[in-house]
Parts: sequence; structure tokens; C-alpha cells
Amino acid sequence: MDVTDLARLQFAVTTVYHYLFVPLSMSLSLLTAGFHTAWLRTRHEHLKQVTVLCGQLLLITFAVGVVTGLVQEFQFGLSWSSFARFYGDVFGPTLAIEGMLAFFLEATFLGLWFFGWDRLPRGVHLATIWIVAIGTQLSAFIILSANSFMQNPIGYSIDAETGRAELNDFSTLLFNKLNLAAYPHAATGALMTGGALLLAVSVWNQLRRPSSIGSDRAAVRVMGRVGAWVMVVAGAGTAITGDRLGVVITEVQPMKMAAAEALYSTTTGAPFSLFSYAGPGEAEPSIKIDIPGLLSFLATHNFHGTVQGINDLQAQYVQQYGDGNYVPWVPVAFWSFRLMIGVGMTAAALAALYLLVTRKDRDLPAFLHTPRLRPVAVLVPVVIGLMPLAANAIGWIFTETARQPWLAFGLFKTGDGVSSGLTAAEVVISLVGFTLVYGVLAVVWVRLLCRLVRSGPGAEHAGHGGDHGDDHADGHGDPHASSPDPGAADRLALTY
Amino acid sequence: MGLPEIWFGVIVAAWVLFFVLEGFDFGVGMIAGLARRPLHERDAAVRTIAPTWDGNEVWLVGAIGLMFAIFPEWYASVLSSLYLPMVLILLALAARGVALEFRGKYHGEGEERWKSRCDTVMALASLLVVALWGAVVAVLARGLAINQEGEVVGSSWTRSIDPLLTWQAAAGAAGGVLTALLVGALFLSLRTTGPLRNWARGLAFRVGGVVTAGALVAAALTTEPVVALIAVPALLATVAAHLGREGLAFTGGALTIALATVLGLAWHAPTLLPSTLDPAWSVTMDGAITSDFSLGVISWAALFIMPAVLIYQAFSYWVFRRRITSERVVTA
Repeated sequence: MDVTDLARLQFAVTTVYHYLFVPLSMSLSLLTAGFHTAWLRTRHEHLKQVTVLCGQLLLITFAVGVVTGLVQEFQFGLSWSSFARFYGDVFGPTLAIEGMLAFFLEATFLGLWFFGWDRLPRGVHLATIWIVAIGTQLSAFIILSANSFMQNPIGYSIDAETGRAELNDFSTLLFNKLNLAAYPHAATGALMTGGALLLAVSVWNQLRRPSSIGSDRAAVRVMGRVGAWVMVVAGAGTAITGDRLGVVITEVQPMKMAAAEALYSTTTGAPFSLFSYAGPGEAEPSIKIDIPGLLSFLATHNFHGTVQGINDLQAQYVQQYGDGNYVPWVPVAFWSFRLMIGVGMTAAALAALYLLVTRKDRDLPAFLHTPRLRPVAVLVPVVIGLMPLAANAIGWIFTETARQPWLAFGLFKTGDGVSSGLTAAEVVISLVGFTLVYGVLAVVWVRLLCRLVRSGPGAEHAGHGGDHGDDHADGHGDPHASSPDPGAADRLALTY
Repeated sequence: MGLPEIWFGVIVAAWVLFFVLEGFDFGVGMIAGLARRPLHERDAAVRTIAPTWDGNEVWLVGAIGLMFAIFPEWYASVLSSLYLPMVLILLALAARGVALEFRGKYHGEGEERWKSRCDTVMALASLLVVALWGAVVAVLARGLAINQEGEVVGSSWTRSIDPLLTWQAAAGAAGGVLTALLVGALFLSLRTTGPLRNWARGLAFRVGGVVTAGALVAAALTTEPVVALIAVPALLATVAAHLGREGLAFTGGALTIALATVLGLAWHAPTLLPSTLDPAWSVTMDGAITSDFSLGVISWAALFIMPAVLIYQAFSYWVFRRRITSERVVTA
């Protein structure tokens, strides 16, 4: 592998990793805000327990999201400085405004919410978590506008003297029609991850602790039901927005959709292929299972629409941009596209099944608790929790790999973007460093998540700040709060 | 003075805010993990920074983002030329942030061991981060062997480490660690009660003395009298800490870091990053500035957003203004 390949691998590893925590933060902040509001309206104790558990999950997730996001912000300068110089004028303001407008909001107000239970009036306190939720959405929208520029560059001109891209219309950049289609898709996809986590926590508790569920039953149940509803509704939203996004991509990046479909020749009334296999050395797949007309419908909303094929697009791009290979890695595009849809929709279907099974106050069927089945059944929530996360990650792999060989489509090639002085040894060292540290972070995050989950949504882990040694104006407040080993109940220092 | 100069000032101010605000976070982190204080005192120490550290760290996002937005050439040259040190900073920042955030989320059996481990990671990572930032600021003031493209020359993997192997960088690293320790101790003495408060005040007095002397030595070694100015607020912090004037002492500590940061970053202004190979290859304000249009967009955005950020961050400090007790309360 040369420097460019290594730098790409590093970007891919760090981005996919970062994007495990971003959609979780986006959805958990909304869910926490929702539960908090519901609790204040109804005053049901179990809703407070769920609010606190959701908030804990949000906080540990957000922490990893922040530190890995920082790596992303630096990386354009570290390994891609030629690209940073080329489009810094376009991307810089976008990134800076995201930081100033959204990121400051999220970080500051999450601290205020988490530690502000007994220090803020309840209306203000509730507002802080909503501000976090809005901040995460805003953050995602602005960052996605920068990504949309790389997929569909608009709102810029090329400086004749320096050859660099210069911004000339910020609102065009922000409201790129690709972004208007991509953001709703990313947002609904993100919502599914949070819903799935709640559902997984709930199912896990129901399977693992059926006898001790008594006092927590209401909390466990509301988590599962709300999580499943969020997954079903957001799943439908993901499908609708994905359909819309597909049409826009076909329009602005026809090669990406052609690769996703492994469609080599331009076809009218193109079929959607469920399976495709090309033997070694074959340009065209030898084994295919197709649904007639469906691809044309997905791409153009017309069963007889014309979809451009890879070979024709390649010929067209050679004319347009000069000699070169403009075909992305087709098997990756083809399979990631199908996996994304398959995994995401299966998760939504499982959530719908859960809603059906537990309707009218029913518990999970008894056969799941049989000694033979239980060890297997306990794996179900783990799989449910991971599915939407996997679908999100695979979706990004599709979006980014099927854009190649371009960094900014039609404008700047990936091979030209890497820092000119960078050596392969440097990237290997940093790649090993990121992999090791991120690996340890993942293990610790999962361990902590499991501990929070295992204790259930009860009062056990619901300490408001976590660290006792609480503050007191006069130094002798509630003696329990700063005792060396406070009991479980003492940690629930949530006062209004 | 035009927009480029104003923006340069804003970026330096963002770096100052980052180094001052996170300076005491790192200092508290080092103290909590390395000072071998009892657990309840470490808990209290961490509680002083837990609600606000994340907001403080965002100033790094702000400073880097603004560098990218206003002077993309500067951003690209600094980061790619100091590749490995920057990667190390990012890794250490990740370890610090996660250790700090995770330490209080583990309850039940083994909680104390968990916290001690988190404290150790937090302390070592904090130490590494401030040492590296101190070295980097010193290196930036010294200049880098950058070529016409703004990239440091050399083909070996140590290319981006070599600039740090100078006595100036070592002095910068020592300065970074000591000043962070100083403001960390001062912050603890300002925000806690009881034995921890008194102990932190004593530590600040001793570290403050070393920082004052160090600034004078650095001025003599570099033969730059202006460096001696750093000793003034450091001395103020030391004396005020001794007299128990905690607010004044903290102000002195913050000014020490602010002054050192401004000196380091603005040493060659209007040159942003001097090339030690050929002055013509230096990154300058005029050469690195973004287009007028981008400058306009970001200026208008900042004009409305920045004051709001400062107000709500101040609000969050006001909400968490109460002292945190470190005294062990024995329950019957």
C-alpha cells in the first residue's frame, strides 16, 4: 500500500468509528429530552429512571464522540493537507461555523444538564437537554453540507491564479439539494440506533432478570415500547428518505448508483438485482437474480425510466475529465448498498414484532425463558442493538467508497489530496496508534454500557453526577452525599 | 488594521482561552492522578472540572476550525508538518476525556480500583498533552524547516519529530507542564474546601515560584528580555497564593498562560509560520488568508455567535460556582 491508500484506510477507520457514536448521540439526546419532558408532565417515577439511564448512556457516548470527532477535524490538515489547501476556503467556514454554533452548545449544555439537577430551576433544566438535542441535529446538518459538497460540489468558483476552490454562495452550499436529501436520511437512520439501544436494554433486562423485574417493570416496559416505536417510525422514515436520496444521487452522481446496482450498460426499464456474482476476470456478472423495472423505478420513479450504466459513464467521464479509471469498487458498492437496506429493514421488522408481542401489557412469551433457549435468546438484544449501528456504518462506507476516485466529485481526485511530505511509515505509526487507542476505548465503552444496562433503569446507578464528594455551599449538607460509600438510594440525588 | 489582523487576534484569543481553560483541567487531572491524595479528595477534585471540561475543550475545536477557515494554509502547514506530535496529542486527549468522563459511571464492587485506574490514565494523558502543546508552541515560535509547499522537509518517519528535539522545545514542554500544574492547583484552591484547598494552595505557591524562576531563566537563555514579562503574573500568582488571595492568584496563573501563548503564537506576526530554510517560504497572513467572500461569511457568523458562546459558558461557570467539599463526612 502506498501513502494514499494508507491515509485512506486511516480516514476510513477513524470515520466509521466516530460515526458509531454520532448517531447514538443524535438519537439519545432527543430520547432523553423526550423522556425528561414526559416525566415532568406525568411525574411517573419510572420515567425519571429512564431519563437518568438515557442521560448516562448519552454522556458516555458523547464523550467518545467528542474525542474521536476532534481527530476528524485535525485529519484534513494532518494527512490531507493538499486537499485542505485546495478547498479550505469552502470547508473551513463550514467547519468553523459548526464548531461555534452547534458544538459549543452541545458540550456546554450537556454539562449543565447532567450536573444541573439540583442547581437549575426545572424549566431551565429541561431546556438545557433540548438545547443539546437541537445542537446535535444542527451539527449533523452543517457537517453533512460539507460532505454534500464533496459529493456534489456547488456554491464555489475556481480561482484562476491559485487554482483553488473559493466559496461564493454559502446558502447554496448549506442547502445543497443533496444535503436536503441526505440529512433527513442520516437523521432518521440515527434515530433508529438510539431506539434500538433502548429496545435492546429493555429486552435484555426482561430476559435476564424476569423474576426481579417487579419494581422496574414499568421502566423496562416503557423503554422497550418507546424504543421499538422509534425504530419502526424512524425505519419507515429511513426508507422514504432513502428513496428520495437515491433519486438525487442518480441525478448528481450517476456512477454511484450504477455501481450500487452493478449496472454496466445503460438500460431502459432497468431491473433491480437482488444478487449478482461476477467470476474472476469477468467484466459482467455471470449469475444474477433480478426484479424487472424496479431499479428504474427507484432511480427515476418510473418503471420505464433510463438508468445510465457503468461502461457508458466511464466513456463519458474519460471525454470530460481525461484518461483514467472512474469506476469505483463495484462489489463493495453493490453489497454495501444491499446490506445497508437489508440490515436496517430487518431491525425495523424485529421492532415491529416486539410491539406486536408485547401489546396490551403482555410480557415476552414464556418459551424464551426456558433453560435451553435462554442462553440463545439473550443474544437477541445484542443483535438488535447492533443492527442499526451497522446499517449506518455500512451506508457511509457505500457513500464514500462509491464516490472514488474523487474527493470532490468531478473536481479533485483522491490521489492528489494527500499531504505532499507525508511518509508511509508515519501513517503506519499513527494508524497503529489510532487502532490501539480506539480499540481500548471500544472495550471500555462496551463494558461500561453493559454495567449500566445490567443494573437496569432502577435507582442503583442513577447518581446525578457520578462522583460523590458533592458540593455544598457550607460544607456540611446532606451527609449521605459525601459519605465514602453511599448506598444505592443515596445516589439518587435528583432533587427538584 | 484590517479583517486579517483582527481575525489573527481572534484565533490567538481562542488559543488563549483553550490553554487557560483546559490548562486548569489538565492541571487538576495531573494532581488527581499523581498526588496520591485520598479518594474522597480526588473525587472532589474531579468534580470541580467535570461539568465544564467538555465546554472548555471545545475551544480547541474552535481554534483549529477558525485556523482552517481564516488561514487554511497555516492550518495545513502546521498540522501536516507536526504530524506525529499532533497525532499523539489527539490520542492523549482521547484517553484523558474518556477516563475523566467514565470514572464516575461505574458503581458497586471494584469502584475504587476503577476510579484509581481512570485517575492514573487521566493524569498521564494530561501530562503528555500539556508537555506536547508546550513544546509545539515553542517550536512554532522558533519556526519550522518548511519548503515552498509549506511542508516540513525530510523523508524519514522522524521528519515531524525532529523539530521537537531542541532545547527550546524541551523548555516549552516543561513550561507547559508547570503552568498547567500552577493553574490546576490554583483552581482547586478556589473551588474546594477543607484540607484539599489548603494543600492545593501550598502546591501552587511552590510551583509558582518555579514558574517565575523558569521564565527568568528562559529570558536569559533566549536573550529575549520580553520573555521575562511572563515572570510578572507568575510572581503575582505565587505571592497571592501565599497570602490566601485565591481569586487574585488564579488571575495571575491565567495571565501567565495567556501571555506565554500570545508570545509563542504572535512572535513573528504578521508571519504566521516562519520557514527556517528560506524566509520566502514562510507562511504569512497575507499569503494564507482565505477569500474575501469566505472571510465575510465567517465574520458575520462569528459576530453573532461568539458573544452568545461567551455568555452561556460564563453562565455555566456561574451555575457551578459553589465550592466543593472534600471533607470526609462520617455517618453514624
